[in-house]
Amino acid sequence: MTLDSKIPAGPLSEKWDRHKFNLKLVNPSNKRRYDVIIVGTGLAGASAAASLAELGYNVKTFCFQDSPRRAHSIAAQGGINAAKNYRNDGDSVYRLFYDTVKGGDYRAREANVHRLAQVSVNIIDQCVAQGVPFAREYGGLLDNRSFGGAQVSRTFYARGQTGQQLLLGAYSAMNRQIGTGMVKSFTRHEMLELVMVDGQARGIIARDLVTGEIERHSAHAVVLCTGGYGNVFYLTTYARGSNGTAIWRAHKKGAFFGNPCFTQIHPTCIPVSGDHQSKLTLMSESLRNDGRIWVPKKKDDARRPADIPEEERDYYLERIYPSFGNLVPRDIASRAAKGMCDKGFGVGTTKLAVYLDFKDAIQRLGQKAVEAKYGNLFDMYKQITGEDPYSSPMMIYPAVHYTMGGLWVDYNLMTTVPGLYACGEANFSDHGANRLGASALMQGLADGYFVLPYTIGDYLASEERKPVSNDSPEFMEAEKQVKDRLNKLLSIKGKKTVHEYHRELGLLMWEHCGMGRTATGLTEGINKIKALREEFWQNLLVPGVDLELNQNLEKAGRVADFLELGELMMHDALNRNESCGGHFREEYQTPEGEALRDDENYCYVAAWEYKGENQMEELHKEQLTFDEVHLTQRSYK
Amino acid sequence: MSGNMNITLKVWRQKNKSDAGRFETYQAKHISPDMSFLEMMDVMNEQLIKDGKDPVAFDHDCREGICGMCSMYINGRAHGPNKGVTTCQLHMRSFKSGDTIVVEPWRASAFPVLKDLIVDRAAFDRIQQAGGFVGINTGSAPDANSIPIQKHLAEEAFNAAACIGCGACVAACKNSSAMLFMSAKVSQYALLPQGQPERKLRVLNMMKAHEEAGFGACTNTEACEAECPKGISVTNIARLNRDFVAASFTGE
Repeated sequence: MTLDSKIPAGPLSEKWDRHKFNLKLVNPSNKRRYDVIIVGTGLAGASAAASLAELGYNVKTFCFQDSPRRAHSIAAQGGINAAKNYRNDGDSVYRLFYDTVKGGDYRAREANVHRLAQVSVNIIDQCVAQGVPFAREYGGLLDNRSFGGAQVSRTFYARGQTGQQLLLGAYSAMNRQIGTGMVKSFTRHEMLELVMVDGQARGIIARDLVTGEIERHSAHAVVLCTGGYGNVFYLTTYARGSNGTAIWRAHKKGAFFGNPCFTQIHPTCIPVSGDHQSKLTLMSESLRNDGRIWVPKKKDDARRPADIPEEERDYYLERIYPSFGNLVPRDIASRAAKGMCDKGFGVGTTKLAVYLDFKDAIQRLGQKAVEAKYGNLFDMYKQITGEDPYSSPMMIYPAVHYTMGGLWVDYNLMTTVPGLYACGEANFSDHGANRLGASALMQGLADGYFVLPYTIGDYLASEERKPVSNDSPEFMEAEKQVKDRLNKLLSIKGKKTVHEYHRELGLLMWEHCGMGRTATGLTEGINKIKALREEFWQNLLVPGVDLELNQNLEKAGRVADFLELGELMMHDALNRNESCGGHFREEYQTPEGEALRDDENYCYVAAWEYKGENQMEELHKEQLTFDEVHLTQRSYK
Repeated sequence: MSGNMNITLKVWRQKNKSDAGRFETYQAKHISPDMSFLEMMDVMNEQLIKDGKDPVAFDHDCREGICGMCSMYINGRAHGPNKGVTTCQLHMRSFKSGDTIVVEPWRASAFPVLKDLIVDRAAFDRIQQAGGFVGINTGSAPDANSIPIQKHLAEEAFNAAACIGCGACVAACKNSSAMLFMSAKVSQYALLPQGQPERKLRVLNMMKAHEEAGFGACTNTEACEAECPKGISVTNIARLNRDFVAASFTGE
């Protein structure tokens, strides 16, 4: 199979408009004869559900939480980018496009990124019209702030709860459609299998998480908006329930997986405090607008931060990257923090932390102004650590936060399985090897509000307008597979719990496929993960039965999938003999320790095809061409 | 495990919706004061599994105080003893070694218990579906800056919109009223120009859904505000009542 990205012809700035005109349309009265399943109700899923229902399609949504409003988009803090140029500071669609391609270290598709920048302006309009309470100035107009990787202020925000407010906006639009009956919402349901009929995606098998019943749901198209798979690392900023099961099941049914090793490690998270920890908490990147990152100049300096005089502090980001300073992109800030700690300059009891200091900002702006901007984040920090960041600097360390990789999709957001789409973090498409801050919210809503509603019609227009049966042999077979798998998990009755396996997997992934990767480390990691997977299937202990609310059984299925996905991530990282963005292979770095790309050999999207249990997956390459942005060594100095 | 706190837990156990339910007593040992309350529950559950027992089911997801999924009634208070904190952000340093802690689900007839500490809060979604939105389709929005909004109104709307829909207000209310929850959404839109065209219809429809779901009436005890982890103010309820009276008289 050859990959066809379906990027339209024509000049970059006209591609999307031309493409929209060329896409087939479905007549309004025919739309109601098509059913669409959407899995996941975060920004991408909720916005897609609302928009498709408004157009007249019958939509069914599924989420594992008790309400669509709880999807993990809710936890995004800092903001959403849009090329509005309201600040008159030189922003434009082209500049947002350029910054995003560069920020992604030249491993994203130009055409997709340009479209994202184009529709970014519509997203802000849409959200404001929905009543999303963005931050405003005294004149009544919208406020902006800066984020990493950009020299303009294009980030719109709602205090430190932008994700929450945007999700509640999309949730409200979806609720309106649930009220009219156009969307049927299934909560506390988890997709456990994709159903294919004659080579097309025709539905899903879902488990009702309250009763444990297995259900068959059919449709003309299936859209996965299930977010990222970062929880393969166990300790992350993801919600505890976030998982890769939906996309991994789809992958095993034929959807190629794009750039699985591209993981974002966020620089500003609260450090690990002990082995009991169940998750890590992010401190928004927006804090880097006013906070200054430093370590003591002396190794193993045990003094309290307040006792370390100014001239004995190393503001290393400002020193190494004078033009971007504390606002360098995330991959660079994370790697620099790790570098400082590896060299012995780390602080705190574990020595795996650096300071994020607001002393100067409090002096300059006053505590009140700092409180107004970041109050909720400071409170959260205090709640978790027991320390007051107004009087002593925060301690931060990088943590897994986002996955740029995901299901491979073409320009229409369709995977390699006809009729199966992937939107938001679940796809691989727009962020290359590193995502810029405030761009995840932008992409989730772009896909759901403004891209998928156009492109899905092009596929449905050619489909028969009769209901898809959920009684076909394909559905029965998929249902049986799901039941067999659940029974298998329950019947092992070994000694170790699923949490123990998950923690072990996370440590293994962090060690071998984390911030610094090497060929030998990855090879070793692959062997270890295979062994761990084998042990899992022989020694797992899942309490309870299938026909009940059983949280350990839910988690067991997810960890089983992570044990396979993690291996693919390591194969991908091993294959990519270069460093780019968040993928840092220690063998490939510049003399200054920056990521060293190999454009000659690796300027492609790695799209992996599943070949069967314990078989090596097949690598397909989508060559990336850069007609607009000149390929160059990224510099933020 | 890393700590030296030992805690006795009296936890509500209920197999499913139709089970009568009862308290069971468990020990959580070697607890660190830096653990969150849910991490302490994790430790207890791991032990229960190893002992061949059924672990305690509880709702949780983001574990950073924003998704609104966690919902425990701890020592007679929604989300435990601290003000402005969800259960997931409550840490064991708020307790002493040797403490006995009582953990129950939200209690309200509109929130039936599904298992142990997990309740069904679908009634909240139904209230939102009845009117918690601005009726605008994707694609028809004017330029964002064409709608100037006074800063203080935007801030006040934000304060209301910060509700996480956890249900603590209902659990804390002796009438199991969801007025604080509902008024937060009504207020957000009532304060903003975008919410004006549907203002009356919205409040009428949402009040109807509130009643149908089986939530009680508000008798102004303000327990909801005291227990709300996000500090949603009861002035929102006053605004809702004004709007409801006005809409009921003038009709729509």
